[in-house]
Amino acid sequence: MSQAFIHLENVGVVYPNGHHALEGVTADLSPGTICGLVGVNGAGKSTLFKSIMGFITPTSGKVEITGLPVKQALKKNMVSYVPQTEEVDWNFPVLVEDVVMMGRYGYMNFLRRPSQADKKAVDEALQRVGMQDYRKRQIGELSGGQKKRVFVARALAQGGKIILLDEPFTGVDIKTEDSLIALFRILAEEGRLMLVSTHNLGSVPGFCDTVMMVNKTLLAYGPVETTFTQDNLAAAFGGMLRHHQLMGDELHDDPDARGVTVLTDDERPLVLYGEQGGQKIVRTKETAGEGIGRHD
Amino acid sequence: MMELIHEYLLEPLSYDFMQRALLISLLIGIVCSVFSCFLILKGWSLMGDAVSHAILPGLAAAYVIGLPLLVGAFAAGLFCALSTGYLKNNSRVREDAVMGIVFSAMFALGLVMMTRIESDVHLLHVLFGNVLGISSSDLWQAGSIAAICSAIMLLKRRDLALYCFDPAHAAVIGVPVKVYHFGLLVLLALTVVSALKAAGIILVIAMLIAPGAIGFMVTRSFDRMLMVAVSASVFSCLGGTILSFHLDAATAPLIVVIQAILFLLALVIGKRTSHSRKGEHGSGTAATAG
Ligand SMILES: Nc1ncnc2c1ncn2[C@@H]1O[C@H](COP(=O)(O)OP(=O)(O)OP(=O)(O)O)[C@@H](O)[C@H]1O
Ligand SMILES: [Mg+2]
Repeated sequence: MSQAFIHLENVGVVYPNGHHALEGVTADLSPGTICGLVGVNGAGKSTLFKSIMGFITPTSGKVEITGLPVKQALKKNMVSYVPQTEEVDWNFPVLVEDVVMMGRYGYMNFLRRPSQADKKAVDEALQRVGMQDYRKRQIGELSGGQKKRVFVARALAQGGKIILLDEPFTGVDIKTEDSLIALFRILAEEGRLMLVSTHNLGSVPGFCDTVMMVNKTLLAYGPVETTFTQDNLAAAFGGMLRHHQLMGDELHDDPDARGVTVLTDDERPLVLYGEQGGQKIVRTKETAGEGIGRHD
Repeated sequence: MMELIHEYLLEPLSYDFMQRALLISLLIGIVCSVFSCFLILKGWSLMGDAVSHAILPGLAAAYVIGLPLLVGAFAAGLFCALSTGYLKNNSRVREDAVMGIVFSAMFALGLVMMTRIESDVHLLHVLFGNVLGISSSDLWQAGSIAAICSAIMLLKRRDLALYCFDPAHAAVIGVPVKVYHFGLLVLLALTVVSALKAAGIILVIAMLIAPGAIGFMVTRSFDRMLMVAVSASVFSCLGGTILSFHLDAATAPLIVVIQAILFLLALVIGKRTSHSRKGEHGSGTAATAG
């Protein structure tokens, strides 16, 4: 039986202050894929992450990782987490290589003395993300993209098959975003499950295989092509999205009825094209500088 | 030269009370500075303030009941730390406000109790310590608490630093985060208790903050920060004790003054290094150190 990497069953989270952050989330996530997690601020994306990480225990339902309860899976170093940039204290006296070494702590004894194998794993992880020349830098002395790479390297050093990334694209430019996406794609193709929360609606079709749309509950989950639709987006974001629509008669001089819809929450926009009701996602390409969207 | 060393360093050592004073200031110098690194990185300065103040009613109550004073002090300190956590989670008031209310109320209660109860515990000594008056049983009790806490923190420093830096990652690799949180609070209460007789509950706050702040400003990695903090703390504790012998001045305040001077020095050095860092890597790195 092929087992789901992450199995969410009716997961609900109520915070101690009585706030219902999530309710009835049910989904199975499979390896070798990138799953996008989208929703407005406060929709419960980070809360869902924290439940998968065992950082909070869901108040109802259950989370299983490769068939194991979260606690046991964590002991086996199966899950890695790349924190949101705002969550990290960048002044902390810690060097790049120290952060990556933290990925190996789960393999060490209680004194956390690194072995030769641990050092080798750190070297390899730094190499893979192209940060080997920065290993002696204090983590605050890096650019936004480099900071992300360090934490991705930590996840690689840890060797987990599941990598959770919370808002990896905030504060990085488009070129960096594209190179991060390329890295994520390779990591997924090697059999990992990457769960990525993002505000960047436009980039979701470009790199995610599946998408989860949340707003206090799971509104929709499935392959991007069929799930990431205007209707679902409207349900997930309510009135929170900027919405620009150019219909056939404004766009063309001929009777072509196809129109363009642009949805954005200030990051890379999502562009849909086609006849009303049947519009398809356009894979936009943004280039640093010009930033011109085009469709093919 | 030899004369000077003899007069200033060796002569004090010929007195029993000075031997005890130097030993206790060494031990609490170490335990306070090690803890102060975690305190600074976790942003818990106010927590240190709160726990040390909150000890006072515990002391008085223990005296009345006839328990060892340190046990009462520890219980009160821990009670303060845990109750602020509980109140924060169960009310809309912010943590700093909750903490301020809890510890000042406990401190005030302690003051009332101390003035009402006839005891041989000197309020001034409780507040500001009495290094030169340490008895050998005090030394034995406080010293062993300090030594054990230091050993635990030094052995588990990597996990504790990880917990301060990235509790989410700690959770993900199966570290029991709640145990560490609780453990740090217990260690804080124990550290304050061990420093009680020597430094007093007001001055221990400085000793719990200054060394870590000094280490933080001049270093870029955790182990270095720890080394600098411990060195600065031990230097000022031993130096302050010897100096107070010669100047006939209050010991713990002198230690704190020396630490403040070292802090200013670190401020200057830290500024310089962060400037050169800025120059090295361009403007994108301005947000470092400080
Ligand atoms: N520790 C907490 N205690 C109480 N409520 C919380 C806590 N953490 C989050 N919440 C609430 O739960 C809801 C979901 O928060 P969460 O952080 O999961 O949102 P998010 O989707 O990650 O948002 P963002 O896009 O802003 O990161 C929010 O309304 C938030 O205020
Ligand atoms: Mg979030």
